[in-house]
Amino acid sequence: MTPHKLLARVRESRLFWPLTALAVILLFDAIFEPGFFKIGIIDDPVYGPHLYGNLIDVLNNGAPLMLVSIGMTLVIATGGVDLSVGAVIAISAAMGAVLINPALGDRLITNDILTADTTNTPLPLIILADLAAGTLCGLWNGFLVSRARIQPMVATLILMVAGRGIAQLITNGQIMTIYYTPYFWFGNGFILGLPVSIYIVAGVALLAWLLVRKTALGLFIESTGVNARAAYYAGLDERNIKLLAYTFCGFTGAIAGLILSSYVHSSDANNIGANYELDAILAVVMGGTLMSGGRFSIVASIIGAIVIWAFTITMYTFGVPADALTAAKAVLVLLVILLYSEFSQRLLGRWGLRKGQRHDPAH
Amino acid sequence: MTQRTKLFLLNHGPLLTTVAIFLLAYIIGGQLYPAMQKPQVFFNLFINNGSLLIVSIGMTFVILTGGIDLSVASVIALTTVASAVLLQNGLPPLVVMPLMLLMGVAFGAVLGGFIHFLKVQPFVVTLMGSFFARGMAYIISLTSVTIKDPFYNSLALTPIYIPFVPNAYVYSYALVGPMLFLATIYLAFFTRFGRTVYAIGNNEQSARLMGLPVGRTKISVYAFSGFCSALAGIVWSIALLSGYGRYAPSMELDAIASVVMGGTMLTGGVGNVIGTLFGVLINGTIVSLLQFNGTLSSWWTRIGVGALTLVFIGIQSLFYVRRKSVG
Repeated sequence: MTPHKLLARVRESRLFWPLTALAVILLFDAIFEPGFFKIGIIDDPVYGPHLYGNLIDVLNNGAPLMLVSIGMTLVIATGGVDLSVGAVIAISAAMGAVLINPALGDRLITNDILTADTTNTPLPLIILADLAAGTLCGLWNGFLVSRARIQPMVATLILMVAGRGIAQLITNGQIMTIYYTPYFWFGNGFILGLPVSIYIVAGVALLAWLLVRKTALGLFIESTGVNARAAYYAGLDERNIKLLAYTFCGFTGAIAGLILSSYVHSSDANNIGANYELDAILAVVMGGTLMSGGRFSIVASIIGAIVIWAFTITMYTFGVPADALTAAKAVLVLLVILLYSEFSQRLLGRWGLRKGQRHDPAH
Repeated sequence: MTQRTKLFLLNHGPLLTTVAIFLLAYIIGGQLYPAMQKPQVFFNLFINNGSLLIVSIGMTFVILTGGIDLSVASVIALTTVASAVLLQNGLPPLVVMPLMLLMGVAFGAVLGGFIHFLKVQPFVVTLMGSFFARGMAYIISLTSVTIKDPFYNSLALTPIYIPFVPNAYVYSYALVGPMLFLATIYLAFFTRFGRTVYAIGNNEQSARLMGLPVGRTKISVYAFSGFCSALAGIVWSIALLSGYGRYAPSMELDAIASVVMGGTMLTGGVGNVIGTLFGVLINGTIVSLLQFNGTLSSWWTRIGVGALTLVFIGIQSLFYVRRKSVG
């Protein structure tokens, strides 16, 4: 293989652009804030000795987004989009909070009941209920898209509008603080010095990878995304494939909700997981999956999510307020859009071609 | 039923359904809560939903071309903050208002340019615009800024009494929406621009082949939506006499829901602003009903709007299928 061909292969790899973006951000940190890379070991009284530092924060804080972008990748690959993941996160978080500490009706709840380190439901049941709630939301989206034939954006918009209302309905409109310690483990715990959430992401990613790459499912999803009608005529039940993609997206949203509510020790139906749908779409697009569907890469999307959080934490270390960060993020999206637009792809293609001609010994 | 009335019903079915649901909701509300029968309650719909009506009108045009604009709420927030800060620094209101409108138009035109020239999906571009505008609002000011300008104050607090209706009034800023509504009816049905918008929504390819100015119209539509958002932002800043980056949270969703409830198809080409007016009124009526009830909580608004959106999408596709079969 000639060096040029190798270069072309690297450039065409879907991991190339997200990794380049990550490298640029880390390089920026290395130049302007060398302390960014400091990783230390802290002996936490609750969770034992573990690593800490900005890079660990990127992984731990970014875990929910990574999870959501795994699900979003599959949905976008079928040619759809799921705008309701933020609402699904809120519903799942509300479910967990309310099962630990029911605040139903007008019953007077005294402070010592609320702040007690106990739960009304065993932990496995809470997790199961969380996951079931999110998966059900995904199933609903999938049903609207695949059976009722509503445009994906509109179909998921319905849950996006109503979902946070449902979450408030579950928690009776309260911001519920959670005091049950074992629940915190998912967002704050550590295994072998690394955050628990990272292991969860790895597990879900592995599951998704096995599903789409070790079975024909990935191929089915791609062909549905490229041309749903052709897939149907080729004998694929594209409806069930779409249904599965949306259900899986709901499932990942549910886990993200579990981790997020565990991380912040509370469930605020209005704010938890805000803008996650946008960030997840951004992560997937950055990972090179086209919004029109077709070829996808789960790993590239996860790296896209890491890029977003590396960017976020970098901005935090430079003292940019969280609210103003959205403008900086918009500029990031702008760059990504410019990079991936047909215009610049053509430009890049031409550049590559000319270079190829120059290196071609035949000329 | 003759063929003609049948066709009329099929063609205007979604709009008639919207109007019927609005009247039904309002009359049921009036029966349940006698206080709701006061004419002032109806005019309050315009006072409370002034901004929503304005952005929904802009959104209607965008959706008619088959696009979507998710940046409207953030542009409202940005406009309130920017105008509040400019007024605080002593600029006269008659300079600030045109400046804000200009900003909205420019912002929308840039988004439209991205959509048209770079062929990026509208909702990705306008999402970015939404991020950007809200971020800019926070960069200008992280906290709420009050407006003490006497002109804004007089606009906000002077009631205009409705002729022939006793004890009913609106504030001057509530009239902006209805006036814009009348202007856009003209724009949609009696101008070349309006025709082009419908043509693009029905089939962009054919519109282009017919020689219609597709690119120019698409960019103008987003610029118009930006204009409406800035106008809504001015109305908002007058109504609340302050500017804050957190204003109008997720109003883009309310606007889209109102447009859909008004019978406009999200695929483009079908629908009109008259339906949008009633969509906004339905939205406002749900809120009023909850307020009159008093025991139901605010989150039922969101659930109700979501459920109604779903119902209307169902009705639309039903009418669409029937109309095709009648031809």
